[in-house]
Amino acid sequence: MFDLFKAKAEAVSAEVHRFATKSEGLAFIKETFRTEGIADEPKKYAVWTDCPILEGVDKDEMAKEFPGLKFNVTRDLAEQSHIGVTQMQWGLANTGTVAQNSTAAAERLASSLSWIHVAIVGTANILPDMPALLETVHPKDCAYLALITGPSRTADIERVLTIGVHGPERLIIVCIDDLGGAN
Amino acid sequence: MASTEFKESVDKALKNANLTGALGRFSEAYAVARKNAYAGIDFEQLRGRVAAIKGYAAEHMDELAEQFTKAATARGAKVFRANSPQQVKEYIANLCREKGVKRIVKSKSMATEEIHLNDHLIKQGIQVNETDLGEWIIQLAGQTPSHMVMPAIHMTRDEVADLFSKEIDERLSNDIPKLVKVARKELRTKFLQADMGITGGNMAIAETGTIALVTNEGNARLTTTLPKIHVAVVGLEKLVPNWADAAPILVALPKSATSQQLTSYVSLITGPTPNDDGSMKEMHIILMDNKRSEMAADPIFKQALQCIRCASCLNVCPVYRLVGGHVFGKVYTGGIGTILTAWFDELKRSEEIQSLCIQCGNCKQVCPGQIDIPALILEIRRRLTQEQGQGVVQKTIFSVVNNRKIFHGMLRAASKVQGLVAKDGFIRHLPMFLSELSEFRSLPAIADKPFRDVFDTIQQPVLQKKIAFYGGCLIDFAYPEMGVKLVKILNKAGYNVTFPKDQTCCGAPARYNGAYEVAADNATDNIKALLSEEVDYVVSACPTCTCALKHEFIEVYESVGRRDMLPKARRLATKTVDFSTLVKQLVDEGKLSFKEGQSLGTITYHDSCHLKRTLHAENEPRELLTQAGYQIEEMFECDMCCGMGGSYSLKFPEISKPILTRKLGNIKASGAQTVAMDCPGCVMQIKGGFDKDGARVNVKHTVELLADQLK
Repeated sequence: MFDLFKAKAEAVSAEVHRFATKSEGLAFIKETFRTEGIADEPKKYAVWTDCPILEGVDKDEMAKEFPGLKFNVTRDLAEQSHIGVTQMQWGLANTGTVAQNSTAAAERLASSLSWIHVAIVGTANILPDMPALLETVHPKDCAYLALITGPSRTADIERVLTIGVHGPERLIIVCIDDLGGAN
Repeated sequence: MASTEFKESVDKALKNANLTGALGRFSEAYAVARKNAYAGIDFEQLRGRVAAIKGYAAEHMDELAEQFTKAATARGAKVFRANSPQQVKEYIANLCREKGVKRIVKSKSMATEEIHLNDHLIKQGIQVNETDLGEWIIQLAGQTPSHMVMPAIHMTRDEVADLFSKEIDERLSNDIPKLVKVARKELRTKFLQADMGITGGNMAIAETGTIALVTNEGNARLTTTLPKIHVAVVGLEKLVPNWADAAPILVALPKSATSQQLTSYVSLITGPTPNDDGSMKEMHIILMDNKRSEMAADPIFKQALQCIRCASCLNVCPVYRLVGGHVFGKVYTGGIGTILTAWFDELKRSEEIQSLCIQCGNCKQVCPGQIDIPALILEIRRRLTQEQGQGVVQKTIFSVVNNRKIFHGMLRAASKVQGLVAKDGFIRHLPMFLSELSEFRSLPAIADKPFRDVFDTIQQPVLQKKIAFYGGCLIDFAYPEMGVKLVKILNKAGYNVTFPKDQTCCGAPARYNGAYEVAADNATDNIKALLSEEVDYVVSACPTCTCALKHEFIEVYESVGRRDMLPKARRLATKTVDFSTLVKQLVDEGKLSFKEGQSLGTITYHDSCHLKRTLHAENEPRELLTQAGYQIEEMFECDMCCGMGGSYSLKFPEISKPILTRKLGNIKASGAQTVAMDCPGCVMQIKGGFDKDGARVNVKHTVELLADQLK
């Protein structure tokens, strides 16, 4: 299932990385912060919404390591962020999609206003396809279901494909094996 | 008849090299990309599901609207059902006044285009900004969308650079990624400042009260996240019953629209969500009727509500790709746009655009909602004719066509006088007002002796089994040699061939012009002639005629209420078969066989619209030609219309010509010296085209290529 997911996601310009453990995944994300030059100034922030992978993580320590990293996602911070990190609940293998209950505004702000969206998903939560997702999630538990497939794109001028219009220019998907089952 | 103004707009579009170039390139790429997108998917099964869901919803529109209202209201949304465009506009304007809304951002919505919402709000002093890049471009240009999915497809990067330069008061280059960044920056500010976000809805799920939004740019996410008020304007046809019904539509829509597996963003929103300051969003959903429930009550047009607005009917239309959406449509464009214009606007407004449909059936073949778009356009034509009556010229023509003796007498007379203009079997130049008709293709000369006279000279063997041959006007009066070959083949297969002399025009020209009463009379004459004797089959070598005999007589009778004729029409239908399908069957039955070891060289095959898409015979002629010893080299777009379209090529020679030119180019590019086809109309068009073009390509009906290759 993962291989199909990766192939389909990469076919729409998403970047897919797989890690066996949470700590490896976290290390990769931190490395991304470093490479992207996250700093405590507008346009350089990283925003990270509260999510299961952060349980047991010393956020203060991490924020010290990356002074531009903010866990309290506001509209202004998200707008001035370079990276937004959110955890997604599901993946769809046959389209390379990540899906999330985005009812909380912070989830949408971090994933739609940032220049790079880092989407974390448990490898075990990759479902085969859209019908499987709609069987798994129901609107009674989810007012805003967001499905994301690759970065923001347009072809509205002369049909020339251009990445990064209103949404992120890069979608980095971090798949983690030991993130547990349905979360 | 099309007005001068309309003709001028067609001409202008045809001369716009940028427009026709961009649309032409896109439609070529689309055909390939769509095929890839659907690889491994049973499209027929998928669209069967989509059509079933949407068809059910159209029949239960009221009930589903109520259910949706209840569900969405329970989740905290305010649902307003608006009958007229005016009610929608007033509701939103009042809401703006009440809440002090000064700035609005919009995500792409055809429903709001339909009612010209922006104009109304701007007049109230409200700032309204489209945020979909294509929509923003046309908003800045003061235009309407020319394509339902790609609103600004008609514009060049230079034009966009000019518009953006003016907007931000800074000279910009035509570099597309840079222009996109300008749009991002400009619109980001507008998103952050907006008091209200307006979206459409790709679906409204009755069971749960959910609105589905499908976009690529991410603007719908920002529109529904940043402003504190969200208004969704949704046409009643967007209702689907259940949560699970969203899946097949979300599978089909992106593939058909943009050949994507899934668009970048799909949002399924059920009631208001919290704003970023912790307050709850105010969510209003307007269910807009605007004649949709009237449409649902119409037994013929209700199927148009199965549309999921993918615009694939535009992308495959040979006419749309030449003239674009500012000619072919009003707000909604192309095939489905013609139908929606006739309803949401008014029948009269579709009068000219409906005439652009060449009836090739490409759109019907790809429609994920299984809508018979060409048939609905014909129905518009019929209703317009009924409402307004036939023009004088048409009336005269049809009164002639309706009288076999006069009609055939005129054709015979024409064969005598055409000596003045005909040469080598072609009419190369027609005098005066007819010159336009022969400008791009030569027309066939009318045969010295029609097939009906030639037939009398063919000695028929005495055989038990009988086949009636329906010639059709073209074989009878222009290409009698095709009829002779056909008789030869059927005799060889052990059939006695009859040619009932009272057969007349199949009624297609009348039907395609909305004159159903004339078509019904044609049907009656032919049924009488063809069923006068007991035969095993009725065969025709013209797919248009075959369709008439097999399908359209029944439809025409139903349409004009001549139910008494239906049993006979059905009897004729079961006996009728097209030439290649019959011959393939005779070969399979061992009644015919080909000479062995023949190597006849390379040919290419042109699929005639009616043969492939109505009669579903695309393999039969290819298999026969291959068995005969020809090697088939497929041409690009082998099943694209050649531009003939019966009287269409006479009404719109300026459109027929470029369609033909493209076809000739594709035939030549195949490298084959001969092109085969199963329709004498296509032969007339393509042969005439090559005669003018000068290329030495043989144009043959399959019957001509097979006759001498049988044992």
